[in-house]
Amino acid sequence: MITQVVEQPGADPAGHPASVLPAAHRPCGASTSQLRLQRLALLALSAAILIVFCIISLLVGARPVAFSTAFDALFAYDPVSAEHIVIRDYRLPRTLLGLLCGAAFGVSGALIQVATRNPLADPGILGVNAGAAFFVTLAVGLFGFHAVSSHLWFAFLGAITVTLLVYAVGSRGRDGATPVRLVLSGVALSAVLGGIGSSITLLDPVAFDSLRLWSIGSLAGRNIDVVVTVAPFIIFGLVLSVCIAPSLNVVALGDDPSRALGANLVRTRILVVIAVTLLAGAATAAAGPIGFVGLMVPHVVRWLTGPDQRRIIPFTILCSPILLLAADITGRLVLFPGELEAGIVTAFIGAPVLVALARRTRASGI
Amino acid sequence: MTGGHDSAKGKLEAQGVTLRYDARTIAENLSVVIPDGSFTVIVGPNACGKSTLLRALSRLLVPSAGQVILDGKAIAGYPSKQVARTVGLLPQTSIAPDGITVADLVSRGRYPHQSFFRQWSQEDEVAVASAMAATQTTELSNRPVDELSGGQRQRVWVAMVLAQQTPILLLDEPTTFLDIAHQIELLNLCQDLNAAGRTIVAVLHDLNHACRYATNIIAMKDGTVIAEGPPAAIMTEKLVEDVFGLRCMIIEDPVSGTPLIVPKSGK
Repeated sequence: MITQVVEQPGADPAGHPASVLPAAHRPCGASTSQLRLQRLALLALSAAILIVFCIISLLVGARPVAFSTAFDALFAYDPVSAEHIVIRDYRLPRTLLGLLCGAAFGVSGALIQVATRNPLADPGILGVNAGAAFFVTLAVGLFGFHAVSSHLWFAFLGAITVTLLVYAVGSRGRDGATPVRLVLSGVALSAVLGGIGSSITLLDPVAFDSLRLWSIGSLAGRNIDVVVTVAPFIIFGLVLSVCIAPSLNVVALGDDPSRALGANLVRTRILVVIAVTLLAGAATAAAGPIGFVGLMVPHVVRWLTGPDQRRIIPFTILCSPILLLAADITGRLVLFPGELEAGIVTAFIGAPVLVALARRTRASGI
Repeated sequence: MTGGHDSAKGKLEAQGVTLRYDARTIAENLSVVIPDGSFTVIVGPNACGKSTLLRALSRLLVPSAGQVILDGKAIAGYPSKQVARTVGLLPQTSIAPDGITVADLVSRGRYPHQSFFRQWSQEDEVAVASAMAATQTTELSNRPVDELSGGQRQRVWVAMVLAQQTPILLLDEPTTFLDIAHQIELLNLCQDLNAAGRTIVAVLHDLNHACRYATNIIAMKDGTVIAEGPPAAIMTEKLVEDVFGLRCMIIEDPVSGTPLIVPKSGK
């Protein structure tokens, strides 16, 4: 049908031969398969770097451990060896948590950026952090739970509750939950909760102290139970994110074009909110509100992959834990034998990177 | 090619639709039939409901009364991807994601043909290649869309809608931001597509373009259809005055033989 069109005189001043279709097809096909190969190589490289960082994360710390010892600790565990205990009880959960939370923060950032069409959005604008922090404040300030382990469920519950509330407020009215409404209601609710939270912690020095520790964000001191608790939520969230990537590609073209292409905007947005809540909620609950990972990694990834969510999300899953583990490892080294929390290190790395991104002539938008 | 009146058969029609944005009513009890195989152009003054009608025909706007019929069934009853395989829409505003290449953007037009279990296929590849060939964007395929000129960019968006491979194509003011040469080029492309069997519906501002390219004109004012039919049959000095409040003279276009509207000076 279209070949007819092309062959008509006047429609093709460049004078392409009648066989324009296969000719046009060939170079396009060749370059895409080449690109695909390139991307696979890049994906493999990211995976390799991630594995290296996982290994370093097991070996480095106040008590450095040899590679062979770490290997034995994992596969031939000796319960009386102090080094084996360090690996099994401290470094392994910490590394696994870095993997899970890194991927969760990164992907939730990628999702929220494309769904709000705002390249500088992070999951915080949906009220995830504010909700988690507020519920932890209530737990500590009003109910006297001071153990870090009890914060997990309060933080998760808070993240989910407040995100749902933000969605409920933002989706009232004719157009439903448009990006702008979601952001506005997220920012508004975060501000209110932040205010109430501050007044509680300012009146209660004990609560202030334990909240201060939580709000920095760190992978340290979490045992394997924390990992096991959050893993199902994060894994489900990651799978969901990969599944909605094709729809997100279309949604990025604007409301009218995406609906004209048959995308279900409302369903896609609801799935994004669910995925972000699970990912950012679980990760924030486990590690505290670690910023910048969700903001920065999708940015850098878009740089490598272009604006295709079907590539951005898998790359973000691999690259975000690299950043978080690197930050955590750096934190263990800079104050050796003491430690700097990962949340502080990511902020130190994040701020200059953010400035650099903002100064780039062509910021990688959505 | 039929330039039909009321008797013409149409796959796509609006039956007594009332179109509203919140409390503002744009059109009430509006009925329009898009004749199959026609190049229908909707004309009318600003804010007469042209684009709103197009949005309703592509089920982007749900009528508060009446219904839009596609292939004998209410359009609202179809799965949205199935509608998107039958009716394509080029909206007035679209967002090209930063850094996206032409080939990538055109590929996104294949979305309604894909599913979770059926991702990129040979058929998609062919559709994208031929859509780019038809719009002469093949040479641009690896260029980022944001580096293109306005005319090139519009051709790329048209290519994306073409890749959708819909028998019906709706275009909302496709020529508005283009210079005169690119306007004509785009309209020629639409004419070719129409000749190749697609039904085209376009909102245009330029009456002379409408007369030259359309096989069927729908002239609207204040949400109602004032006249409908082939340009030569309906385009009169009185119609232009009624619809646009513009006094004019109509002569024969020396190139195409279609009506040519020449505004008179003063009021």
